[in-house]
Amino acid sequence: MVMDDTLVIGGRKIASRLVMGTGGAANLEVLERSLVASGTSLTTVAMRRVDAAGGTGVLDLLRRLGIELLPNTAGCRTAGEAVLTARLAREAVATDLVKLEVVADERTLLPDPIELLDAAEQLVDDGFTVLPYTNDDPVLARRLEQVGCAAVMPLGSPIGTGLGIRNPHNIAMITEAAGVPVVLDAGIGTASEAAQAMELGCDAVLLATAVTRAGDPERMAHAMRLAVEAGRAAHGAGRVPRRYWAQASSPNLDP
Amino acid sequence: MHVWINGERRELAVGASVLDALAAIGVPRTGVAVAVDGAVVRRSDWPSTPLPAGARVEVLTAVQGG
Repeated sequence: MVMDDTLVIGGRKIASRLVMGTGGAANLEVLERSLVASGTSLTTVAMRRVDAAGGTGVLDLLRRLGIELLPNTAGCRTAGEAVLTARLAREAVATDLVKLEVVADERTLLPDPIELLDAAEQLVDDGFTVLPYTNDDPVLARRLEQVGCAAVMPLGSPIGTGLGIRNPHNIAMITEAAGVPVVLDAGIGTASEAAQAMELGCDAVLLATAVTRAGDPERMAHAMRLAVEAGRAAHGAGRVPRRYWAQASSPNLDP
Repeated sequence: MHVWINGERRELAVGASVLDALAAIGVPRTGVAVAVDGAVVRRSDWPSTPLPAGARVEVLTAVQGG
């Protein structure tokens, strides 16, 4: 059975279902080895004030590796800030893709749903392909889809916590109902959690910290790649129903 | 006249353009984007867009993150 199982977001084919972040990597060399091991084809960057002394290292790296850029609006607290940052990103790196992040406070880094929906609507109207980082709220996910987002990206748990997927049932409800791709974004700590996201029906996983701050980032990147592939295959294969009592898997003894 | 470039006060000639502001801080011209007083100025408009006195110029680029 051979089917085209390529992820498509906003009309773009995305070769890998593992979307990577670049934050937290010790240096560009480690980042490069991790990105290659992950097999990713889409990777986030942040927008910050230019530093005359600093180079454009991460941009050059991603372009050399042939990885598509996904600029984010990290650090924005209001819809207005996020819209301006997205427009600057489009100008700076020439893409209409944006990972829309509008967080409420530093302590939780949880999305502010009111500002997020407002920004999403404005950016869709302005021609962006909007991938919003959102709460694990099926209603908000639906609203984001309704205003024209090309995907929804619910969190498993707060950014950088590595707490995995705290509300798997909510993620399942989101994937069950969504008409656009669902990307599990934030909270993944280890490979089993990436596989779980895919088994819950997510179309892709976005992670950074779990790889960049792992003991061996390159090895963890490889583990994540395998986990996403395994979870995708398992989801497609259809797991057995859970049973209360045992069911023998060998024939009964002859009487 | 003075303007604010990425939060730092700079003296520029009256009528200086966005491009002049970039030259003043010596940043690469590729991979950056500019906003003046909260509105994006497209690359093609940099030479022809004069800065008002006291303008707040933000020059951003992509860095590791997310």
